[in-house]
Amino acid sequence: MEQLIQQVAAGLANGAIYALLALALVMIFVSTDHINFAQGEMAMFSAYLTWQFLQWGLNFWIALPVVMVLSFVIGVGIERIILRPLHSAPLLSVVVVFIGLLTIFHALAGGIWTHTIKAVPSPFPQVSFPGSSYIGPHQLGMIAVTIVMLFALFAFFRLTPLGLAMRAAAQNPASARLAGISVDWMLALGWGLAAAVGAVAGSMVAPAVYLEPNMMASILLYGFAGALVGGISSPGGAVAGGFIVGVLENLIAFLGNALERATGFYLVGNGEKLTVALIIVITVLTLKPSGLFGHVTVKRV
Amino acid sequence: MATTASTSSTVADTATGFAWRYRYWLLLVVLPVLLIAAGKAGYISNFQFLQLSLMIVYSIAVLGLILLTGFNGQISLGHGAFFAVGAYTAAIMIDQAGWPFWATLPVAALVCFIVGYLFGLPALRLEGHYLALATFALAVAVPQILKYKHIEPLTRGVMGINVFKSDPPFGLPLSTDQWMFLVVLALAALMFWIARNLLDSRTGRALVAIRDHSMAASTMGINVSHYKAVMFGISALYTGLAGAMHGIIFEFVSPDSFRFELSIAILVGAVVGGIASLPGAIIGGVFVQVIEKYADALTRKISAAVHLPLELEPWLIYGIALIILMYTMPMGIAGGMAALWRRLKRS
Repeated sequence: MEQLIQQVAAGLANGAIYALLALALVMIFVSTDHINFAQGEMAMFSAYLTWQFLQWGLNFWIALPVVMVLSFVIGVGIERIILRPLHSAPLLSVVVVFIGLLTIFHALAGGIWTHTIKAVPSPFPQVSFPGSSYIGPHQLGMIAVTIVMLFALFAFFRLTPLGLAMRAAAQNPASARLAGISVDWMLALGWGLAAAVGAVAGSMVAPAVYLEPNMMASILLYGFAGALVGGISSPGGAVAGGFIVGVLENLIAFLGNALERATGFYLVGNGEKLTVALIIVITVLTLKPSGLFGHVTVKRV
Repeated sequence: MATTASTSSTVADTATGFAWRYRYWLLLVVLPVLLIAAGKAGYISNFQFLQLSLMIVYSIAVLGLILLTGFNGQISLGHGAFFAVGAYTAAIMIDQAGWPFWATLPVAALVCFIVGYLFGLPALRLEGHYLALATFALAVAVPQILKYKHIEPLTRGVMGINVFKSDPPFGLPLSTDQWMFLVVLALAALMFWIARNLLDSRTGRALVAIRDHSMAASTMGINVSHYKAVMFGISALYTGLAGAMHGIIFEFVSPDSFRFELSIAILVGAVVGGIASLPGAIIGGVFVQVIEKYADALTRKISAAVHLPLELEPWLIYGIALIILMYTMPMGIAGGMAALWRRLKRS
């Protein structure tokens, strides 16, 4: 039982990262209808930036906002410079450009910071607290940061005029334009925000796994799975989906272990995490593409 | 006098006409003969023959993706998976059952067709981005699937399988690499010929109609889901055959040869060559192999030449090539050349 609680707690911590990445994916999907395959590598790149600032002696909590701003600028830049000319391009071109961005960020990170694995210290104090036998301080911190981010974004979209403008631009570009909103800039802003959220995800996960250019591949896959489970058109759903997928990932490995201990038959374990994510992705996509909380998009012919 | 002249000219015409009509087949006979002769004379080393073979193999793989994405409009980011299935099918049969390599090819093709078809069935419900996402997930998960415990007796897990090339048959005076080059060339010729005829047929027109407007196609009585799933199977068959040949001429398969990078390489090949062009597949295959072989040296040279503080990596070339091509030549090099040719002809 204790093990089970531990696994669920660890799953929630992983889920926090998936949730953040899913949130970033949803932001771009909602505003541009595109799935950003480069999101993981962008987050990885931001995590390296954070590491670099830490190396230069900055405090983590100063470095993180700086990196978020930098990532925001990079995200806006990508949208304005690279994706803007492709607004009316066929889908394949856009997907190919995303893959191009993925490889560029990957190669840049490897080129600048080499492929040697780097350890990142946790920004949270290593204290013991009631329940710390179940969950470490960094894990708990990740969950807290995710929830704070979610509420901050929620407040931004609900309470600020800019957030309202962004929602309007995403929902009905033509009417938003008539109301005087610069839809183009709202899209770029969406990209910037997504990059900043991704930067938090990368910087938070780096202390939990080791920092290296490949670190985001499996996390991105789970981010996708989370976004799909929750509904890729719903930010709240994406966060819920991220947590669900994180817990599911650990529970499946846990049940697999239990099954092997009970019957001696190995079905699934830690070595099948990516396969599990693949199965989740395909199952959700085929059975309920709108996810748990998303709305069904009706296409007019 | 006049009559003889005209007869001889008609004879010459028919001869050149014949040669023109079958120019590709003639090229296919003449080219390998010349290359093998050059190899015999020592101008082309065995290593270079291996490189050529790999280019041809990647061309077949790229062709598979082009058929699916370029002519049927289904985006796949996970064709490395089918490449892996083909490679492993061939390698396992050679390793476990001792089959000769050529006998494994039809089996690999069949297995890949079935796997592709089965993957294509749920993929039918997915369009555009969602299909790209599902295949992306597949590509990322492939190395792990290959390490799955219960298939380890067959796949030998992380160790991979060593495959040994067979010597040329009938005591042909060829080196193994030269023989393998001839085999892949013949296979590629066959596969390209089939692809061209497929696209020229009723089926091919249906596939293109589905790409251009699937709803209109279905109102014309085309069974969209049937064609899409079958096309997924055929595409996987092509790429899987390429994988089988890759394993055979490379003499080794392991889970880490089939990482996400491979799927990207195939996609890059298709995009660079020309996504809706059969000759584009050849350009793409050559590009993939050249990048894989020489990008390291090239990037190192560039970094040294301009004194960059960071080390450039091959992937950077992939990424930049992809993005620049999308702006300048969205239909790839083959498409760009065709457009240029049309413009020259008109002026």
